[in-house]
Formats: sequence, C-alpha cells, structure tokens
Amino acid sequence: MLGLNKKDFSLLLIVALLTMLAPFILNPFPEGSELAQFNAGYPDLMQRFVIFGIFAIGFNILFGLTGYLSFGHAAFLGVGSYAGVWMMKLLTMNVIPAILVSVIVAGLFSILIGYISLRRSGIYFSILTLAFAQMSFALAYSVLTPLTGGETGLQLSLNDPRIIGTSVTESGSIPVTHLFGLEMRDSFELEMGAWLFTFNAGYYVCAVVLLVAFYIAIRIFRSPFGMMLRAVKSNQQRMKYTGLNPKPYTLAAFVISGMYAGLAGGLMVSMDPLAGAERMFWTASGEVVLMTILGGAGTLIGPILGAGMIKYMENILSKINSTILHEWFAFMPDGIEDLLVTLVYPFIGKGWHLTLGIIFMLVVIFLPGGLVEGGQRIARLFRRKKEEPKGPDPEHHPKPAPHVAE
Amino acid sequence: MDAIILQILNGLDKGSAYALIALGLTLIFGTLGVVNFAHGALFMLGAFCAVTLNGILTISHTVIDETRTDFLGNPLKVEVPYIYDIFGETLGASIIDWSVPLAILFAIPVMILIGVIMERGLIKFFYKRPHADQILVTFGLAIVLQEIIKYFYGANPIPTPAPEAFIGSFDFGQLIGFDANTIIYPYWRLVYFGFAMIIITGVFAFLQFTTFGMVVRAGMADRETVQLLGINIDKRFTLMFGLAAAVAGLAGVMYTPINSPNYHMGMDFLVLSFVVVVVGGMGSLPGAVLAGFLLGILESFASMGAVIDLIPGINQVIIYLVAIVILLTRPRGLMGRKGVMEE
Repeated sequence: MLGLNKKDFSLLLIVALLTMLAPFILNPFPEGSELAQFNAGYPDLMQRFVIFGIFAIGFNILFGLTGYLSFGHAAFLGVGSYAGVWMMKLLTMNVIPAILVSVIVAGLFSILIGYISLRRSGIYFSILTLAFAQMSFALAYSVLTPLTGGETGLQLSLNDPRIIGTSVTESGSIPVTHLFGLEMRDSFELEMGAWLFTFNAGYYVCAVVLLVAFYIAIRIFRSPFGMMLRAVKSNQQRMKYTGLNPKPYTLAAFVISGMYAGLAGGLMVSMDPLAGAERMFWTASGEVVLMTILGGAGTLIGPILGAGMIKYMENILSKINSTILHEWFAFMPDGIEDLLVTLVYPFIGKGWHLTLGIIFMLVVIFLPGGLVEGGQRIARLFRRKKEEPKGPDPEHHPKPAPHVAE
Repeated sequence: MDAIILQILNGLDKGSAYALIALGLTLIFGTLGVVNFAHGALFMLGAFCAVTLNGILTISHTVIDETRTDFLGNPLKVEVPYIYDIFGETLGASIIDWSVPLAILFAIPVMILIGVIMERGLIKFFYKRPHADQILVTFGLAIVLQEIIKYFYGANPIPTPAPEAFIGSFDFGQLIGFDANTIIYPYWRLVYFGFAMIIITGVFAFLQFTTFGMVVRAGMADRETVQLLGINIDKRFTLMFGLAAAVAGLAGVMYTPINSPNYHMGMDFLVLSFVVVVVGGMGSLPGAVLAGFLLGILESFASMGAVIDLIPGINQVIIYLVAIVILLTRPRGLMGRKGVMEE
C-alpha cells in the first residue's frame, strides 16, 4: 500500500491511529479525579507532541542515517518560525502559505549552513553547526531586531499590512490563524460520563502534517537514497572507493532535515503566532538530540516516542509538587511518608530535568538503540522460545569449489 | 593606545577562564581520547566548592550578648560563626574573608576525587564507543550534575566576594606611564590572570619535567608501546583526568568573585570552550591556551564601542565567526597535530 511494504504500512497505520485518537488516549483519567493531572490530552500539549515529533523525525534523517551529529538544528526551527510569522504579518492569516514559506526559508538557510559545515565531519561538524546556530541566536537577539523583534520576539500587531484578509477584525483585535476559515483554536469538546475529550482543529492540522512527514521519512528510509545515507554512516572511505561522492547525499539529508525543522517551526507559529530567539538557543538543539537518542536514533518511530516522552515529562511531571506527593504516600506511616517524599521529590516537579538526564544517560549507556531497542529486547524475551536456531544460511556458505589442480 | 591596552586587559580574565577549561578538555582528549561535554559542569562544581566552603566557614550558633540589647530591651542575640570560637575573632573573620582563595585547597582534592570517580565509574566504558556516544553520555552527565547543584543551591546566583584586600580597582595606566583614569582595572581580575598563568605553567612543567609527566606524554604519543614497556598507563590517565577536573575546578573557584556562580554557568562556558579547543587544535595543549587568550581578547576588542558602530552585533558573534573561518581554512586548528580526530 502507498508503496510501502506490509510492516511499514502497519507502522504508518499505528502512528495514524495514535495521532488521530490522541485526545482519547492521552486522557485516560476522568475529569476531576486525582489522576487527572496526568492527562495530557489538552490541545496545547498535544500540538507540542506532534510538532516536536516532526522536528525529531527530521533530525533523525540526518543523525540516524548519516551519523552526523548536528548541535545547531534549532536554528532552522527558529528561522522557520520567523518566516512563518512574517507571512502572517504580510500576506494572510491562512496557515498554508506560512508553513510553506517556513519550509522553503529553512531549506535555503540549511543549504547555506550545510554546505559550509559539511566540509568537516565528526566533532568539527558538531562544533560548526553549534557555532552557526549560536551566531543566528545572537544576531536574532541583537542586530536583526527589526526582523526578529529581538528580546520580545516577533509577534503580530494591529497595524500589520496584511494583503489578503484584514489587519484588524471587526471587534478590534488581531485576527487568528486559520486554514481556509477553520480557526486553529477551534475546539470541540466531547463529554462522556466523567471524561472530557477535547478535539482541537489546530491539533488535527498538525497531526495530518505529521503523518505526511512520517510517510515521507519512511519512503526516504527505504529508498536507494536512504541506503546511500547509511553508507555515509558506515564507511565513507569505502563509499568513495566505489566511485560515489558522499557529499551531495549528506547535504541533501542535511537540507531535508532542515526543512523538517522549518516545517515544525511553521506549525508552531501557526498554532501560536509568536516567534522568539530562544527557540534557536543551543539548549533547544540539545533537546532534539535528546529526543532522538532517547527514542532511538536511526529507527522510524523512535524520534516520535522520544519527543512525546520528553514533552510529557516537561509538562506533566514538572507540575507535581510536594503536596501532591504527600497525598500519594498518605497511606504510609508518617515517618516513611516523609522519607519517601524526600527521596522522590528531587526527581519530580522542578527537578524533572534530573530525571531526564538520568534516563538519558542510562539509555546511552545500556540501550544505544533507545526506547525502541528496549521494546524490541522485551519483545524478544517473550518470543525467544518460538525461534529455533537457524542453520547456516546456504547463500552465505557456498559449497567449496572443487579443486581444479592438485 | 591606552584603549587597546585596556581591551587586552579586559580580555585576559575571560581568556584565562577559556584557556584553563580548554586546557583541561585537551588534557582529557589527548590522553583518553574522550570528548568531554561534562567539562563545563566540572568548572561549575569548582565554583560551588568555593560556595560550599564559604557556607561551612560561616556556620554559626546563637550567642546571647548581655551587654547589648535589641529594640525591645531584651539581650541581643548574635550569630557567631564557630570559626570565631576556634581561632578567635580577628583570625576567624579574616579566614572567612579569604574563603575564596582558601577554597583552592579545598577544591583540589574534591575535584580530583570527582574526576577519578567520573573516569572509573562512567567514562571508562566509553573508550571503544564512537565519539558521538561519548558526547551524548557526558552531555547527559552534565545535565545531571547541573540539576543536582540546582537542587541543593537553588537557581539563583550566589554572590561570593573576593577578599577585602582585592576588592576595588587600581589605576593600571598610571603605573605604566599613561594619564590617570585611562586604564582602570579591578584587582581580582589581575589575580585571576596571574593564577591562571601559574596553573598553566604548573601543568606544563608537570608534564615536561616529571617522570610521571614524561610517561603521560609518551602515552599520548603511543599508548600501546608504553603498555608494552610494562607501564600501567590506564592508571596514569585516570589521574590525568582527575588533574584536568581539578584545573577546571580551580578555574571555577577563582571565577566566583568575577561572576556569581549559578548552576548553568558551566554550560555557558562549555560551548565557548569547545570552540576554543577546536580553534586551538584538537589535542594540542599550547594551542588550547593560546586560543583561549586569543579569543578572550578578540571578544573584548569586538565589544569596543567603535568596533560595534562599524560592524553592529560583532561582539556577539566574533568567537563563532573566528571558529568558522579557522575550521574552514586551517582544519587542524591553530596548532593541531596531524592525525588527531581526522576521519
């Protein structure tokens, strides 16, 4: 189906189901219950899951396939955001042109940076991308203020010269982003018993874009082009000996992943038309590295899982404070309750970064393939008994040729 | 002329910090071949050694002073640090005053210990893994260390003043024959520069003139052959990691009066220090020091008003710009050796 083999198609189908049913899946606890704080099914967070998922998928095309570790990918996301907001300021509040221009501008920017950075590899490449991203960040903050809004960020204002559409609505406020009239902030709330599910238009736009992005990523992974990128990772020397020039392939991968980042930036401003320079800071680049590695670099679904996990921790785990902890452990005797709270407290709430750092280190040390590898290992444990040890593969163990001469 | 000298002086303290961190990074890279993204965290830990020592020295108990009364007429309660009881009031006060320089003595064993634990407990397992994995795991470690410090010390910067004798500035210009008030320079920055020079000289002398240093240099050049000679080079490299951690830590200790330490100061310095190492040439110790001072001074020149008027924003990007130009024109950096980190 769709040019995919059965396994990939079922993967795509799983992702499609997960994203389309996310408002249900992420809201498993009834409203008002004690566990409702673990519900992640509100539009703002769901949009972030999907947008960072796209960002991480793109990063994975570069890092997972070619092995080039870019520490400056957030620059493309930032550039894409700025381009998107400018489109909304100048042309229309429709999100389509904004997203398209974001992708194109980020793509052009990544051609420039990629062309220069890819002249070096290994740690030098990482430092070069980091240097470019930090430069973009510093410039966006200072000199380019007329373009970027500097410290306050770039936002819509009441006197934007919007060519298509109006600069001010009838009620005198800034118009909202929409897709051919469908407002991004429109939500439909479904009440089922104690549960409340929110279906947000913006989220579904993002989800559809994610599916398209994921589909393209699968096609890239399975294409001859993807094979070339893997060749770049495993042995450039040998690739060159076979008469192939790795440079155009790597640059193409870099630009594609830059465009994914731009797409994420465009979606971000489509949901909330505001772009700030802090999106380009190197910690933001570090975050997408964390997401990709955590989920599993080089795997298809890994980056989405990683992005979801980190954003969930950032938004849900960080909300838990010591009062809530005391409530949880209230059934314990007082002394043990206090002890448990003291032990757990550093890892949650404001300390969620600590948990993230520890999980990340554990993953890098023990599971280089990320969560996906972890899942595969668990699956293999259960399946082990079924698999019989196979005999030597006949194709790879040809019979010795008869001796020609004694 | 006086403006130029002033900018060079201004660049020296930041340059010293860059040089010290880059020196440690290069030591680790040169000996163990590990790209240590947690080095900035070590710098930060050093700074918090100073904070901790200051905290320990000022642990106080309450004494009721019968001779004075507070506004309600009750006897006044005075907080008296224990150290006053031990050493008497005058000596105790000056010990607290000199807590930052004293923290050097405190930080050296602590940082060596931390370094050795880090190497034996974690980095050891990453020698055979790709550089990307090393970067990632040390990056994770840096986050963890940073968050631990944040948990114990909070997110706000903690001011840690220099000894009273070094607070304030002096007129450096007059000293070398310029008009008064043209080159005003804070004492502590000069102390920092001198201190950095002592450490750098010490490290180089240690490597150059001791048997231990000679073995380490031999190990950097050819690890296998040294092992064939029956020398346990791993043990020495572990100690070198501890030493590199101590260098970063000391840089942090002495930096506290210049910038109040906060939990993310390490990350801020780390990015720039990597740029410094790459500019200096991966694996070259003199290159790291030279590039550190060079970039520190360049940065301070770029923030001169006249230069900013000429090229706006240059002060923000100069270091990265230099790094990009150097990496593209001299791929090995200023003083890089052949065959280091070249795929």
